[in-house]
Parts: sequence; structure tokens; C-alpha cells
Amino acid sequence: MRRYLGAVVLAILIVGTVAGPASACGGLVAANGSINLLRTATLAAYHDGIEHYVTSFEFAGGGAEFGSIVPLPGIPSDVKRGGEWTLQRLQQEVAPPQRFSLDTAVAGAAVAQKGAEVLLERTIDALDITVLKGGADEVGIWAKENGFRLPPDAPEVLDFYASRSPIFMAARFDIKRAAALDQSVGDGTPIHVIIPTPNPWVPLRILGLGRQPNEVIEADVFLLTDERPNLLPGPGVGAADGITIDRSEQASDLLMSDLRSDKGMRWLPTTAMHFTYMKIDSRAADLTHDLAIDASGLGIPSRIAAGLAAPAESWPVPETVPLALWIAIAAFGLGVMTFLVKGATMRWPV
Amino acid sequence: MARLTRVLAVGLLALGVSCTPAGAAPSEVIVNIEHSRFDPGTIDVDAGTTVTFVVHNSDPIDHEFIIGDQAMQDIHEKGTEAHHGARPGEISVPALSTRTTTYTFTGPGTLIYGCHLPSHYDYGMRGVLEIS
Repeated sequence: MRRYLGAVVLAILIVGTVAGPASACGGLVAANGSINLLRTATLAAYHDGIEHYVTSFEFAGGGAEFGSIVPLPGIPSDVKRGGEWTLQRLQQEVAPPQRFSLDTAVAGAAVAQKGAEVLLERTIDALDITVLKGGADEVGIWAKENGFRLPPDAPEVLDFYASRSPIFMAARFDIKRAAALDQSVGDGTPIHVIIPTPNPWVPLRILGLGRQPNEVIEADVFLLTDERPNLLPGPGVGAADGITIDRSEQASDLLMSDLRSDKGMRWLPTTAMHFTYMKIDSRAADLTHDLAIDASGLGIPSRIAAGLAAPAESWPVPETVPLALWIAIAAFGLGVMTFLVKGATMRWPV
Repeated sequence: MARLTRVLAVGLLALGVSCTPAGAAPSEVIVNIEHSRFDPGTIDVDAGTTVTFVVHNSDPIDHEFIIGDQAMQDIHEKGTEAHHGARPGEISVPALSTRTTTYTFTGPGTLIYGCHLPSHYDYGMRGVLEIS
């Protein structure tokens, strides 16, 4: 059954001692390993070299603390509360409307760090957000020392991401604050991560963290880009089993107007944007890649960013090489490696 | 004279090696854990031998190394012991650490070594001990 609350896109892990049944949202791993699967949703919008990554962390209740670890393509310039209903409006755009919930804001505690470098900390409602820089071991140890109970596939998945970008975001629900906020099971806390990066990117493999191989991962991924993007995996390209493009069209004026009117969404341009709606319906065992995007629509998305190729030793190198450049190289027979550099943020190798 | 001594020493060493029964179980076995998998996945030992298992955990999460038959593994799978180490053949191996345990194999048969932290065993954290 589809849920139209924006649920967390990323794997959620039990934190600390689980005191009760962990009815959960996407990726939640209960103490006994059981998982309740719900559809998840996220928005990756890209404009002026900034990825705006909007997702929602759903409160699972059950007397347990829980959180999630999210790989990021670069160092966020900020993490703040997301729009009140942006994800719901996007869901509404592609399906009949359902209910949505609103949360109230409150301050809370921060987390300690060791090994991994803590780059940024924010408290949003009952969530403690920490942006970390470190390898798989450092992030894994940080998670352990901060009470995250990582599932057995975590070492491999953390390696998968850390080999390409050492930036992770840990989000943790504080159950006492959630209670003080009168949060109910299923209430979502929208988070808006602002990431300067040459191209947007959406982690998908992390959705399968802690899941059994045959469990089905369902997720809605919404993209807003200035141009029609090239995607990898995309239609007929790469390991696209279980991924379908349901919409690829210019965003309607009404949709853009609605989204801009949400709290914190004024960054959306007034010019037209391309709207892509991607449905994930895949076995966890098959979801071994991410979504690489070339937002210009002129380049080839990075196979490394998609997780379809291993990083080169010379990492970091550029995000994408435009198709025209490949043609030029082929035409002139130049054996010269050319890079595109758009700022100083983390890049995926080609 | 010194040269003769070296020759004798080498000869004695060679004799020592040649006197070791073929296929004798090693007194020490290295077991690596990476990405929540045991390496090797199968270990052959001789009945009647005592083996020290040196378990390296290169994962950033905790693991266990528990030797026993299927019934013992089932007990541990449902058990609540937070840490192991007091009994031979049962150790907790914290993240990025090495621990050892010694176990005496009394008779031929097949045993299992596994990790019983939540969902680790089902994930595939198990190996086979062939005792001959």
C-alpha cells in the first residue's frame, strides 16, 4: 500500500536499545531484523550548481530511538527543515492526493564525534542531524559510538559509498523530544540538504541497507532540473531493472508556483524547470547502484557516480564529460584527458 | 666447524619438518572477517587437536565467532548474551579488532562457526569446520 507521507529515502537504523516493536518507515531495521516496508520519497532539485535534496524522516515510535545514515555527494553548505508539504505536493502531482502531516520545530541535543570529522550539526524537530567526513571505518565507528546499530551489510555498503565520497549525514530521532512534540508514528520531518555539487545525485543502494535480498524496495524520486537530464541508470541504459521513468516533462506553472510557495522553497527559480518522476520498485538484491544525473542534458552521467564502476585511483576527478567533448576527442584523435571543473566541491570520477 | 654446525642445523630442521604428520591440523588458524563474511569459509582440522583461532575483524561493526554444532548455533541465535569470551570457542570480536580463542576438537564430525548478532547469521556469517 502506498503511503503518501514523505518517508525517509534512506536506510534507517535502530539506535541504542530497542524497547519495543519498531514499526517503521523505509529501511528501518527492527531489533529482530523484521522490517516494515513503506514507499519512500525524495526530491533532488538542481539549479545554479546547487543540489537541493529534500527528504523526510518518518517517526517510527515504538519506544525505540532510531536514525539513518545518508551518503552525500559533497559537503552541504546547510541542512535545514524542509518545506512543510513539498514532497506531498510532488506526490500529488503524480497521484491522487492523500493525507499529510505537519510538524512543529524544537531545539535539541547534538552528538559527539570521534574518528570521523563532524562537519555540521543541526537539530530539526526531534531529529539530530550530523554531517560527517570519513571513510567507511571511521563513519562506522562513529555510528557505533553514537548508538547506531548497523546491520551486517553496513560495512560493504559504507565501503561502496566512502570509496566515492567521504561525506555522510547521520540523522537520529530523539524519542524524548518526539514525545514532547507529540509526534505520532508516521509523522514525517522534512529535511532540506543544500549541496554545492557539479551535478545532482541520488543514493539508491542505501535503500536496501538492512533488507533481505528478496524484499522489495519502493521509492519515488522526483527531479527538478533546468534542462531535461540524462540519467544513469536510465531508460535502456545501465542496470535499470526495477526503475521506471513515469514522468519526464516540463514542470507545470502550477506545480512550480505551489512548490515555491512552501516554506523554505523560494530558492526555486521562476523560470521553467524539467520535472522527472522516477519509480523504484526493485528487489533489494538488485538495487546495487545509485542514480547519476547529468543536469545539463548534454553530458553522460558518471558510471562511477551511479556505482556501476569502481573509482579510479586519480579520484577526485570531474563529474561528467560532455558528449561534445567525447566527440571532439574522437574526431581529433587526442589522447588527452580533459576535466571539467566547476568549483571546489567533491566530484565523482568519470 | 661453523659450516658443519649450520649443515647439521639445517638437516635437523628438515628432519623435523619431515617428521610432522602429513595433513596435521595447524595449531593456529587465522580467520578474517570483512563485509560480514568469514574467510575462510571452511576450515579442516584433525580430531584430537587443539586449535587457536585468531580472528581479525576488519569491519567497523562488532562480530562474534562462535563454534558449535547446529543445535548450539540455534541456541546462540536466540540467546541474549551480550558478550562472549569465557567459554572456549566463543568470542566477541569488536569492530576493527583481533581476538583469539582456543578450542579442542574431540572427535570427527562437522561443526559450524558463526556470528549471532542480530541478523548476522542469516546474512551469511557462518562457516564450516570439518573435523577428520
